[in-house]
Amino acid sequence: MTLSDAHYPDDLLYHDQHDWARLDGDEHAVFGITWYAQDSLGEVVFYDAPEVGATISKDSSYAEVESVKAVSDVIAPMSGKIVEVNDSLEDTPEKINEDPYGEGWLVKVRLTQPEERGALLDAGEYRKLLENS
Amino acid sequence: MTYEGIREEHSAVRRHAGMFDVSHMGEVEVEGPGALAFLQRVLSNDVAKIEIGGAQYSCLCSEEGGVLDDLFTYRLGGDRYLIVTNSANHDADLAWLGRWSRSFDVSVRDVADRYAMLAVQGPHARAILIGALGIALPPRMRVATARIGNRPALVCGTGYTGEDGVELLIDPEIASAIWAELLDAGVVPCGLGARDTLRLEVCFHLHGNDLTPERNPIEAGLGWCCAEATGFVGAETVARARREGTAEKLAPFKIEGAGIPREGNPVLAGGEQVGIVTSGTFSPSLELGIGMAYLRTDLAEPGNEVEIDVRGKHRPARIASRPLYQRKG
Repeated sequence: MTLSDAHYPDDLLYHDQHDWARLDGDEHAVFGITWYAQDSLGEVVFYDAPEVGATISKDSSYAEVESVKAVSDVIAPMSGKIVEVNDSLEDTPEKINEDPYGEGWLVKVRLTQPEERGALLDAGEYRKLLENS
Repeated sequence: MTYEGIREEHSAVRRHAGMFDVSHMGEVEVEGPGALAFLQRVLSNDVAKIEIGGAQYSCLCSEEGGVLDDLFTYRLGGDRYLIVTNSANHDADLAWLGRWSRSFDVSVRDVADRYAMLAVQGPHARAILIGALGIALPPRMRVATARIGNRPALVCGTGYTGEDGVELLIDPEIASAIWAELLDAGVVPCGLGARDTLRLEVCFHLHGNDLTPERNPIEAGLGWCCAEATGFVGAETVARARREGTAEKLAPFKIEGAGIPREGNPVLAGGEQVGIVTSGTFSPSLELGIGMAYLRTDLAEPGNEVEIDVRGKHRPARIASRPLYQRKG
């Protein structure tokens, strides 16, 4: 497996705990973990998804991703209710490494506090955060 | 920790050949007319059984019978032995051995700085080594002297992966050159992460996790390397544990379904805690969560069903027999 190079798409918003959100209008969003997060974790072998319908809160853990040697909480970048989880990751969790912003998405969420977007970082700010860490 | 990725490294060792820089392991040389008598006193196994050029696995026990370290002993000459220690225990082992050596005609020397250690493991490891270094290799569980990089070296037919292969004890000055040579010969560099998944699949103990001074060799399943008749330090406790049984036993298990067990996870049966996981990981060969746990002896039988509390989620698991992964062929 060859992992892609570091990249942080400009159309996403980022949480400083290395999560991204792709907003779809005011009410919906897709969440996942960033290239940096998957690279730090190594090869993901298990995604412990939340239940559809679960309520999640900004800055709190809503799922776990595990590599061979470590487990990591996944932090919600915004608050909402889970409307869909990426079931295909059950058989192919490595998509989180290979395509963290595409096929490796984690959940779709109905946002309960869309204004929280104001607290997230844009790609440039997130890259700066990584450079300074 | 990793060069490529644990899964690729792991599979290289299972199918081809991988190498690990394990120079952190410590070495202690024991020499003198009293060497055999001294080692019989401090090591759990029957050291008299090691022929010249032989190797043996042993526990180093406390007076209470707890496992201070687990180690390999190589007999280099008539009254000359080399012990390979775990790095975290090296200094304590050395002090312990030094203390017990006083009443024997023997010298105990720290020679850890003299050796770098490369483990070259996998079904093709021997053939590649013979081709690349032009040396003869000892059979399994034997040790031979050799010249590697035009320096004296030891080649040991041992390992920690469950695959065939050798461990090279070489001059630290030539270690990086030998590493590069083996890399050119197609040996895959592996990190300590893969070393852990490989050893756990074949249920080799990791001191600090599966072995501690609070556990005796019998409950750890290491009765086979204890010869109480030699009267080693701790033998009384070991003999009693063997005779009377122990409340808990170390057992390997597989998770049935999702979930990866980790060190410290409680083991549950009938809703109550019956044990604790001491090693847990994802098995790249079996593609499921595996581990070893100390649990109530009556529950530690292969086939028995338990649950592992993985951060609040109760994952069904089944006690298995050793090894969890069986080498092909």
